[in-house]
Amino acid sequence: MYSLEFLEQLYRTIYTIRIFETECIRLYRQGLIIGYFHPYLGEEAIATGVCAALRPDDYIVSTHRGHGHCIARGGELPKMVAEVLGREAGYCRGRGGSMHIADISTGNIGANGIVGAGIPIGVGAGLGIHIRGGDQVVAVFFSDGACNNGVFAESLNLAAIWDLPVVFVLENNQYAVSSPIEEMSRVPDLHKRTEGYGVPAYLVDGNDVLAVYEKTSEAIGACRKGKGPVLIEAKTYRHGGHHVNDPGLYMPKDRLEYYKARDPVKLAREYLMQQGQCSEQHLAAIEQQVQEAMEQAVEFAKNSPEPSVEAFVKEVERN
Amino acid sequence: MSEKESTSGPCGIRQLKYREALNEALREEMRRDESVFVIGGGIGQRGGSYKVTVGLLDEFGPRRIIDAPISEASFTGAGVGAAITGMRPVVEILFIDFTSLIIDQIVNQAAKYRFMSGGKGRVPMVLRTQGGSGNGLAAQHSQSLEAWYYHVPGLKVVMPSTPYDAKGLLKSAIRDDDPVIFIEHKLLYLTEGPVPQDEYTIELGVGDIKHRGSDVTIVAWSNMVPRTLAAARKLAQEGIEAEVIDLRTLVPLDKEVILDSVRKTEHLVIVQEAVRRGGVASDIASIVQAEAFDFLDAPIEIVAGKNTPIPFNVHLERAAVPQEADITGAVRKVLHL
Repeated sequence: MYSLEFLEQLYRTIYTIRIFETECIRLYRQGLIIGYFHPYLGEEAIATGVCAALRPDDYIVSTHRGHGHCIARGGELPKMVAEVLGREAGYCRGRGGSMHIADISTGNIGANGIVGAGIPIGVGAGLGIHIRGGDQVVAVFFSDGACNNGVFAESLNLAAIWDLPVVFVLENNQYAVSSPIEEMSRVPDLHKRTEGYGVPAYLVDGNDVLAVYEKTSEAIGACRKGKGPVLIEAKTYRHGGHHVNDPGLYMPKDRLEYYKARDPVKLAREYLMQQGQCSEQHLAAIEQQVQEAMEQAVEFAKNSPEPSVEAFVKEVERN
Repeated sequence: MSEKESTSGPCGIRQLKYREALNEALREEMRRDESVFVIGGGIGQRGGSYKVTVGLLDEFGPRRIIDAPISEASFTGAGVGAAITGMRPVVEILFIDFTSLIIDQIVNQAAKYRFMSGGKGRVPMVLRTQGGSGNGLAAQHSQSLEAWYYHVPGLKVVMPSTPYDAKGLLKSAIRDDDPVIFIEHKLLYLTEGPVPQDEYTIELGVGDIKHRGSDVTIVAWSNMVPRTLAAARKLAQEGIEAEVIDLRTLVPLDKEVILDSVRKTEHLVIVQEAVRRGGVASDIASIVQAEAFDFLDAPIEIVAGKNTPIPFNVHLERAAVPQEADITGAVRKVLHL
């Protein structure tokens, strides 16, 4: 049994991710956000559960679908919204955008526009810990799509031979952009690949925040003690296409409905009410607070200045 | 060696091989800073294909001298990740040809991280590699690919030609907060030159006049420097005084040392081993014509490799890249002799 405080914190995080993505999609439709925006809707339990099991001095490596990881790690909404709006007050001063948010202050090494590229970078953070000594760990988020890139195999092996403190978090949302995993791999249970590398693997329901938290805590234990890397495969499903402008017509309706019925936010809400004995009133208050925080973040971002073109031109002249 | 960089009297100067000078630089920087480590293929017990890391495993142990599997993309990526989180990795890629396997980590990750993070992140990593032809290693082990990295904002590119420069520049590269592509030349490893006993560093982005002259400026880097110096000696016998500039680093580029010399000599020859098309020489020529056009007495001559993969046969290999006679020929042409 978990305390009300703990369950409330989990719910606050998972609900914040949901609201951030929902609100940003609205801003996107209004033309305030441009470029690519990859929502984490439907996958929120993974970032929330994994990051709840981490310590403040641990690292995470994120992906192009990275807003959830950043929020779960304690990222600040005003800086995030400002960044996806391309403003100077954003995490990357408007130079990075949705796909490149990094928050060094929370150990978030960064999102990445290249599928799979974060995996070796995470291994490198683990290598640094290994050389310096200490019991930090690195949680490396990546997707089923990334598993078919060569660096996945290479990186698993590097982390294994050097016993690096890396938790590979495989968010299997079952699509590489639009290609279903059944067509991209003969064995859709991707965690089975780790056996040949000597890396212990765990399979977990990626829509169940407590299951993710528990499995991650268990897996991290050994990793923190210097026993080498682990992999957690969290099975989940996107609530929409690859990015905002992809309607995801290739996603079978019945399957989508199945996963929507197992909505991670709804499950977390039930945990909070049943296990945490949280009242409807208190729950409504939490949701209200999150919504207000998001509204304030959007207001802040909308009213914050664009980066100065003159300053940019001056900056890059030195290059 | 220019005077401002020399920190030792004549008695403190030894003759060292290029590869020994590099070894000293690594050793000194690893002693100086615990966050420096080296990772690459066969660099530990074996000491590297070109013996640059010999003895380092014994002194620093396997945690800091790391033999990696043939997983170039991932151990380079590991360097990037370690650098972001506070380490100073020196990643060794055996041949610059193999950097085709790590382009994503260098171009999309290392080069852009500082910029994309709004200036908050740093990637203080050195990628050591070697290139060039002349050893009969054929098309996949002999290329000169510096233009690839010269082209990408966010990277520094260093190409030393002497043991003295190699040591001082590698030390600066390791201390630099941005990713540095440090390109050695396979024909230079056994060349010898004076290296002071006392510690010194050489600032990145400062070219060096390796031979003074007033008739023509010849710009070169890496292994084209000794070849150009040999050409300059030959030209001197004919009464032509060539000024030979060794750029030493391509990014940052020491534009001023080139322009100052061209304003004096009014003639410019640029020598690169890399293929002619899309090379650094073309870019330097464009800079000089834009900024010193009025000083030029003749069109700029570029001596470059032919637009071909490097052939195996020794005669063909020689024909594919600039030789001494090509350089003297270009000088005579630019001087209308």
